[in-house]
Amino acid sequence: MRLVCRKYVSFFRLRFSMGLQYRVAALAGVVTQFFWGFMEIMVFRAFYETDAQAFPVSFASTASYIWLQQAFLAFFMVWFMENEILDAIVNGNVAYELCRPVDIYGMWFARSVANRASRAVLRCFPILVVAAFLPAPFGIMKPRDPVSFLWFIWTLAMGFLVTVAFCMVVYMLAFFTVSAQGLRILCVSAVEFLSGLVIPLPFFPEKILRVMQALPFAYMQNVPLLVYSGDLTGRQLWRTAALQLLWLVALILLGRALWLLAKRRIVVQGG
Amino acid sequence: MITMEHVCKSYKVAKRDAGFKEACKSLFCREYETIQALSDVSFTIRDGEMVGYIGPNGAGKSSTIKILSGILTPDSGTCDVNGRVPWKDRIRHVKEIGVVFGQRTQLWWDVPVIDSFALLKDIYSIPEEIYQANKEELTRRLSLSELLRTPTRQLSLGQRMRCEIAASLLHSPKVLFLDEPTIGLDAVSKLAVRDFILRQNELHGTTVILTTHDMQDIEALTKRIILIGKGKILMDGTLEDIRKSGENMDETVATLYHSYGI
Amino acid sequence: MMGIKNSWKLYRHYISIVVRETMTYKVSFFLSAVGQFLVSFNVFLGIFFLFQRFSHVKGFTYEEVLLCFSIMLLEFSLAEMWARGFDAFGGIVRQGEFDRILVRPRSTVLQVLGSRFELSRMGRMLQSVVIFGYGIAKSDVDWNFGRGLTVALMLIGGTALFTGLFMVYAALCFFTLDGLEFMNVFTDGAREYGKYPVNVYGKRMLQFCTFIVPYALVQYYPLLYLLGRVKNPAYAALPLLACLFLVPCYALWRFGVKKYQSAGS
Repeated sequence: MRLVCRKYVSFFRLRFSMGLQYRVAALAGVVTQFFWGFMEIMVFRAFYETDAQAFPVSFASTASYIWLQQAFLAFFMVWFMENEILDAIVNGNVAYELCRPVDIYGMWFARSVANRASRAVLRCFPILVVAAFLPAPFGIMKPRDPVSFLWFIWTLAMGFLVTVAFCMVVYMLAFFTVSAQGLRILCVSAVEFLSGLVIPLPFFPEKILRVMQALPFAYMQNVPLLVYSGDLTGRQLWRTAALQLLWLVALILLGRALWLLAKRRIVVQGG
Repeated sequence: MITMEHVCKSYKVAKRDAGFKEACKSLFCREYETIQALSDVSFTIRDGEMVGYIGPNGAGKSSTIKILSGILTPDSGTCDVNGRVPWKDRIRHVKEIGVVFGQRTQLWWDVPVIDSFALLKDIYSIPEEIYQANKEELTRRLSLSELLRTPTRQLSLGQRMRCEIAASLLHSPKVLFLDEPTIGLDAVSKLAVRDFILRQNELHGTTVILTTHDMQDIEALTKRIILIGKGKILMDGTLEDIRKSGENMDETVATLYHSYGI
Repeated sequence: MMGIKNSWKLYRHYISIVVRETMTYKVSFFLSAVGQFLVSFNVFLGIFFLFQRFSHVKGFTYEEVLLCFSIMLLEFSLAEMWARGFDAFGGIVRQGEFDRILVRPRSTVLQVLGSRFELSRMGRMLQSVVIFGYGIAKSDVDWNFGRGLTVALMLIGGTALFTGLFMVYAALCFFTLDGLEFMNVFTDGAREYGKYPVNVYGKRMLQFCTFIVPYALVQYYPLLYLLGRVKNPAYAALPLLACLFLVPCYALWRFGVKKYQSAGS
């Protein structure tokens, strides 16, 4: 176990220093994300100025939601799938991995986590710092209190894991589909919409929102972002956090079950 | 006629060291180093000559070829190819040269070779009758008739090289630059390519400048050899000048490199 | 004149080959087209649901925003399809393909344009055409020849504008290959946020989009004419002015080529 941990720490370091090598690229990425956040807020400002009554949450909450979304984009973008994994599945190289004495599900899971985390760590701080210094209500709010901040960290981590667990399900489904790329495109566009990347979930009409909350995608980025701004508290928060955990377990179980099926298929068909 | 006089060329390259600490450091400052690719290179090549341009990797071979073909501008010095400065009058200059980069293809990957040829005809504005005549001649001499209908990606390396050479001669260039034309080819293809280049020079008087690591290419094709190392011309002479009796070409060149300390 | 005709013929020849190459991989073409369609469908859904909550934004109704969005999307997809060579120029430089371009006796711009043609952008285009049709059907634009012409001019000007931006990106590739992600702000960003008329983003943004990168000339001002908010037909001709944006872009490109020739790859 410790050996595995060390392996991933060194993997993380490698990724991180690779990211630093391309420092200009990292900087450009931050600038780009900053711009997207800024424009998104400008859009909502225009709607706010037109009709403030129709806002489901405060304007400052919306701004915080958008900045955090940009800062932790690498955690939640389903688009950042591991192409190497998909390729290995499509071209059958996954059969070689079976020869190694490691749990493939666990390995791929850890690898996705490391990859996304290294990306996010490099990019989140500049965005958070700048957004913190923007004048209210355009910047990011101060954390409300230590307890809700801890809740934010917890739900952020869980939401991140839900995202990775979902990607794992997609990888496993790729074993059973004709075109892995097609599957990826479909999943990416559906999840972007359902998880609140296109417009923040609170802005959807009540009925639609209820459907969305019954799906795992609302428990990716949406939950921690609402927790941070204080729009999700008390009993509601406990309930949502429980559901989030439930979805995490369910997606992992589903991914593992699919992996067992896929493994049987590889063994029978020879990859 | 090709002349190069006192040509110098240097590049600035950013240093990039591996490692975690170095990467962090490079966030704040970055060091550059200057690499002298060519220093004071001069030579003259007459029309219809075949010249072998040799030297170890990184000696400045491809910089020279790039300057002669108009891709690169030198820092100083003059260069004249058939009365033109390559980088100043690019479009007219490149109409009269053919370039084969052995490592890269100039054919369109997923369409039949003949389609690439037809497009090259339009790119070089080759008149119909000249195009037809050249295509027929090249097809015959390189035995391409079976290959022309095949997409490039399905050709073997040797087959592709034959098509590449044909593609670079469709517009009847006066000068042909061959950058490692036999790299990775099997024995039969190598012989076919060499034989073709020799005949091309005899038949059309095409000037050929050839860079290669394959000393048998040099032996088979060129009388004159220009040796370059660390950006300087070290030797310009005939094959006989450098060959000592009893040695084969590879040994000869190895001793030569050694004696110049490159 | 002969030169232009000849170049056009060559361009068509390039494209016919590139399209045939694309069609070798039909499945992958089809999937990327579907992907393009879905991604822009998401943007549409975003607008749709926001307008379930809000009746208008800064005086523009849902139908008017749709019209604006679809025209911008069409402009972008047209430019992306035909100027894909510039958009993918990082790869061309990295693989040394530009050396090959320089040893051929044709203008570099023509050769780069001819090197790629992204047929799969049809997916995005189809999306914008559908939304455009929907927007027109729902809007109360009083169509006449002048307004039809305005749309045509917007498409021309916008395609030229985005082509210019792709050219700037390509020219920058000669200087550095790192960090050009920020150019997405001007291309993808404009496509994404050009869904709302520029004045929605405030006065300063409108100034920027009028005088620096002239998005407003192909979007906001002619839109006002299209919707009958202004009567001055000069507003409809502004997209032609936006075509001038190509001049500095081309100058930068020339400068980049010079740089490439002096520094090598």
